[in-house]
Amino acid sequence: MRLAEAWRVALDALRANRLRSALTMLGVIIGVGAVVVLVAIGTGAKNEVEAQVEGLGSNLMLVVPGRLEFGSAPSASRLSLRDADAVAEVVGDPRRVTATVASGETVRAGGRERFTTVQGVLATTPEVFDRPVGRGRYFTESDVRTGRRVAVLGATVARALFPDRDPIGQQVTVAGVRFRVSGLFAPLGQSLGVDRDDEIHIPISAAQRLLGVDRVDGLAIKAPDREHIDDLRARVVAELSQRHPDTEFSAVTQEQILGVLGDILGVLTGVLAAIAGISLLVGGVGVSNIMLVSVRERTREIGLRKAVGARPRDIGLQFLLEAVLLTTVGGVLGMGLGVGSSLLVGALSPVPASITWWSLALAFGVSAAVGIVFGVAPAQRAGRLDPVVALRSE
Amino acid sequence: MTGPAVEAERVARTYRLEGFSVRALREVSLTVERGDYVAIVGPSGSGKSTLMHLLGGLDRPTSGRLRLDGRDVAGLSPAELARLRNEVIGFVFQAFHLLPRTSAVENVALPLVYRGLGARKRRAAAAEMLERVGLGHRLTHRPNQMSGGEQQRVAIARALVTGPSVLLADEPTGNLDSATGESVLHLLETLNAESGVAVVLVTHDRDVAARARRQIAMRDGRVASDSAQTDQEPSGGTP
Ligand SMILES: Nc1ncnc2c1ncn2[C@@H]1O[C@H](COP(=O)(O)OP(=O)(O)OP(=O)(O)O)[C@@H](O)[C@H]1O
Ligand SMILES: [Mg+2]
Repeated sequence: MRLAEAWRVALDALRANRLRSALTMLGVIIGVGAVVVLVAIGTGAKNEVEAQVEGLGSNLMLVVPGRLEFGSAPSASRLSLRDADAVAEVVGDPRRVTATVASGETVRAGGRERFTTVQGVLATTPEVFDRPVGRGRYFTESDVRTGRRVAVLGATVARALFPDRDPIGQQVTVAGVRFRVSGLFAPLGQSLGVDRDDEIHIPISAAQRLLGVDRVDGLAIKAPDREHIDDLRARVVAELSQRHPDTEFSAVTQEQILGVLGDILGVLTGVLAAIAGISLLVGGVGVSNIMLVSVRERTREIGLRKAVGARPRDIGLQFLLEAVLLTTVGGVLGMGLGVGSSLLVGALSPVPASITWWSLALAFGVSAAVGIVFGVAPAQRAGRLDPVVALRSE
Repeated sequence: MTGPAVEAERVARTYRLEGFSVRALREVSLTVERGDYVAIVGPSGSGKSTLMHLLGGLDRPTSGRLRLDGRDVAGLSPAELARLRNEVIGFVFQAFHLLPRTSAVENVALPLVYRGLGARKRRAAAAEMLERVGLGHRLTHRPNQMSGGEQQRVAIARALVTGPSVLLADEPTGNLDSATGESVLHLLETLNAESGVAVVLVTHDRDVAARARRQIAMRDGRVASDSAQTDQEPSGGTP
């Protein structure tokens, strides 16, 4: 029998049971679609996080007290502004170092209010984090020294408090204390559902007085170059350890954060793909099941075909192609479903979805392979049927 | 080609079941000459169908030697035997066994699919064969759109489209009323006379058997009588 003929016979058989073929295919469609969309979400999340971390500025290093590990509670900070000065000394350039103390506070203006993150920071922050002010101006070193009550608003806060006015020069109260708006950040947008414009910056001295503390939560350093960043990190940790012998310090570079996040999200993507793969496997079992039913139903047909000269392999090929056709057509439709839902997820939810070619190719390849693997047993059974017994079957 | 179409030498067929075995055929020897017209009769369970399956290469004997068109089936692989069936044998069954949802021409063309013939040639040969069995006007009808007699004619066309040496018909009129059955038998006789294909026919009807050139009676898995060997004895049959 010619191969083209075998394809036609297989196609006819599938058409004869449209609903059953469609339902069987659905298992494969869902499986392949799930692989594509889940891998797209995982990859998209990874890309997004990496872009965000990279967006923090180049050669960035973050220093916090305590051990930076999952499961370990952050220890009470003993860092102070004097430590920031000492670290600036080690780095050799005070403009490359900033310190931060953060707190969630309610900010009010003209009868409106918003609960937001208040960041008390040094005047060097825009440079360290590569985040320039959009309009107005940031506070200066002397503002920080004197603890002046000035604030720079993120776009979301500005919109919430001043929907119809220019905020610059206006008064806001932070936890009941009055501040004057000196500048506005350019909008950064959302990432992974977090609004990066929902914060305000005030001088760290003003923040410490507001909160009644003199601690510093952490330091951020913009290293002069990439090569010596590890060396610098060691010297910074050594300096801080010397100043606080009973406290451990952790310093992570942007690259390390990227690496860790990339690993986590890579594992996440793998796990998602594996879960989706299981549903593809279930789809394959469905194909195998329906092929066995099909062989049983058409036993007399098989007997007749053998009687008129079909060889075992002609019959086997016919049923194998039927299974492969089910899974490959299902695979193509599943790819369509996966791409479609990835685009939908990307458009409707904060989770970005990034469709990857390898996941499409993999899902299709696996679905074709599933057809072969799960079609072989029923096909062999059909090919080996005794024609006399087959012709006599009900 | 010379020599007999089918030659069975002391063939036996035993079915092994759990604990015991059924001897469906016991050492049957039978030669079907080219162009012959043979009727097989016998009570139910006497082994007629079993013998037909062996003669058609659908089954293999447990012992004995069987030659189809001069080729011993013992040494053939399942694929080689399938090819031999395709070339030498045409089957007609009591239950027609047409493919549902498939037109008459395509049903008739089916054996040619396994011969590797292209669609156009298959269709032409099948249409011509349907014409010969008087169904030239039913080419695109499906089995469920045809009468029983018409379906059996389609089956006969399918059996003959490959130009076989032997047509094996196991109770071909068993599912038909007597008038329709008569026309099917008449068709078989005509085709036998015109194309020279040997016909082996299983029937329960004594009158039908009497019209055949040669009659074989089976009993308990054996040939009880064969008119080819008892021609000289006065049995009231044809000379
Ligand atoms: N697959 C099988 N397994 C076991 N025994 C079988 C099998 N096929 C046939 N037989 C037995 O072999 C014997 C002959 O059966 P066969 O079908 O050849 O009879 P038959 O002459 O065609 O009868 P009928 O006129 O009823 O069609 C019977 O006793 C039957 O029970
Ligand atoms: Mg029988």
